[in-house]
Amino acid sequence: MGIIEVEGLTKYYGKTRGIEDVSFSVEEGEIFGFIGPNGAGKTTTIRLLLSLIYPTRGSARIFGKDVFAHGPEIRQDVGYLPGEVFYYERMKVIDLLKYAASFYNRECTRRMYELAEYMELDLNRRVDELSYGNRKKVGIVQGLMHSPKVVFLDEPTIGLDPLMQRKFFELIREENARGVTVFFSSHILSEVQRLCHRVAIIREGRIVEIADMETLIRNNYKKVRVVVKDIDLSYFDLPGVTNLERTDNAVHFFYRGDINVMLRRLSALNLTDVTIEEPTLEEIFMHYYQREGS
Amino acid sequence: MKINIYQFELRRKRNSILGWSAGAVLLILLYMGFYPTFADHAAVLQETLKRFPREYLEAFGMAGVDLSSVMGYYSLVMTLLQILLALQASNYGFGLLLVEESRMIADFLVSKPVTRAQILISKLLAALTALVLTDGVVWASSFLFIELFRGGRSYDPRTLLVMLAGIPVFQAVFLSVGLALSLLVRRARNVTPYGLMLGFGGYVLNAFGDLLGDVKLELITPFHHFDPTYVVQHNAYEASLVLLSGAMIVVSLAFSYWRYVRRDIPAVV
Repeated sequence: MGIIEVEGLTKYYGKTRGIEDVSFSVEEGEIFGFIGPNGAGKTTTIRLLLSLIYPTRGSARIFGKDVFAHGPEIRQDVGYLPGEVFYYERMKVIDLLKYAASFYNRECTRRMYELAEYMELDLNRRVDELSYGNRKKVGIVQGLMHSPKVVFLDEPTIGLDPLMQRKFFELIREENARGVTVFFSSHILSEVQRLCHRVAIIREGRIVEIADMETLIRNNYKKVRVVVKDIDLSYFDLPGVTNLERTDNAVHFFYRGDINVMLRRLSALNLTDVTIEEPTLEEIFMHYYQREGS
Repeated sequence: MKINIYQFELRRKRNSILGWSAGAVLLILLYMGFYPTFADHAAVLQETLKRFPREYLEAFGMAGVDLSSVMGYYSLVMTLLQILLALQASNYGFGLLLVEESRMIADFLVSKPVTRAQILISKLLAALTALVLTDGVVWASSFLFIELFRGGRSYDPRTLLVMLAGIPVFQAVFLSVGLALSLLVRRARNVTPYGLMLGFGGYVLNAFGDLLGDVKLELITPFHHFDPTYVVQHNAYEASLVLLSGAMIVVSLAFSYWRYVRRDIPAVV
């Protein structure tokens, strides 16, 4: 039984598709990546799980409770960092955070100051004077200060400079080490690759793949680059080979299958150079994209 | 009801309460300040007014009352006050949920461990409190300025009390109808035009209802239900009309609740 259980969740905004028949399960203590291009339905899924919006069909449970029936109770232990952060105007950061803290049935002040110091956030500034990156920091403090058990991060790194991104990732790893389950949505694959244990890929509202990060990267595809003279591309056209293409004197392709078969094939050639490596998540993702698209 | 939301919302309305109250005080002061001069030349004015068509006078709340009497004159002030108070209440009603939604800050509140009902009720009570605080200022300054400018002319304080007692209910209608209408709007850049439309609309409807003699139109506006000149004549509001206002409040609130607990909070797309 996962800490988050989503079953056949579907959301239409009128006739516009939000998500369609989305099902997945997140285990306690996991960092679960939720990845897809903009408009794929990542935000819709998160907003459904927070019952900010209601589903057309399907169900969702957090801590074993229906999120639409027991939303307030569940949200005591849920942290949320929205993709776009907007706050009340004419307020100091500290007052906004204190207001946010007043909703939780526990003491948040100590953690609030800790987080603000760690994220280098000036609590005495006015919210409307903050840059986008600083507003994001307010969101991070706000989302974590009540020590939630589950955290939803919707595109959390947008607006943060690289140094802050690193600190933020460190923070998320620490939270996770304490047992916090993290739901991490992003369209930037390298950051999901750095952080997540498992990943779901969503595209046009539907989940196309759910896999361990390791499985996804190691066992699935190899990225092969071969430098060889005068060879017909069709020589490499074996079962399991995709995205076959030639640039200058090199041949590139993805290979999924028995690596020995590929090696025997290659050893028959007089190669100038060869590299076989694990593709980045980015490349895997583009691969899904092209396959589905073509 | 969540006390933290209530306090937060009320505190955010502080400047608004001060602004509307100051407007009301100025309006009462200005008009009551004219009263001594007006009363002295009442005979001439009454002659002039008699030459206007009755429908026209009714539209401006100047028919059927003796404008030289304290309460007759004050009922005129009350008509203007009502416009101001209707605008304030409509503004609060439309803005109650819609302001946050259009500025994309609704996520902040709705993602907290609170129910939609708690949000709605706390915000409504905060807005009502803000209105009653403004009314308090209206009550006090009405008594004060009438005392200051009545120049020895007598009046029945009961008439004044009845008139003033109606204000919070009058405002509650605009608050709740504004809220209900706001939940039919998907998103608005600015809620002020809607508030203005509802507030002035209510007034115009009453004025036109008078002009056209069409009973149906004016029946739905609180400006008619809480007609100050009626109070001057009868020392009471017309009970059935006040009940109609009450019904409008109940229906609007029930509709708002029904709609808000099911509502998808809009997001940036």
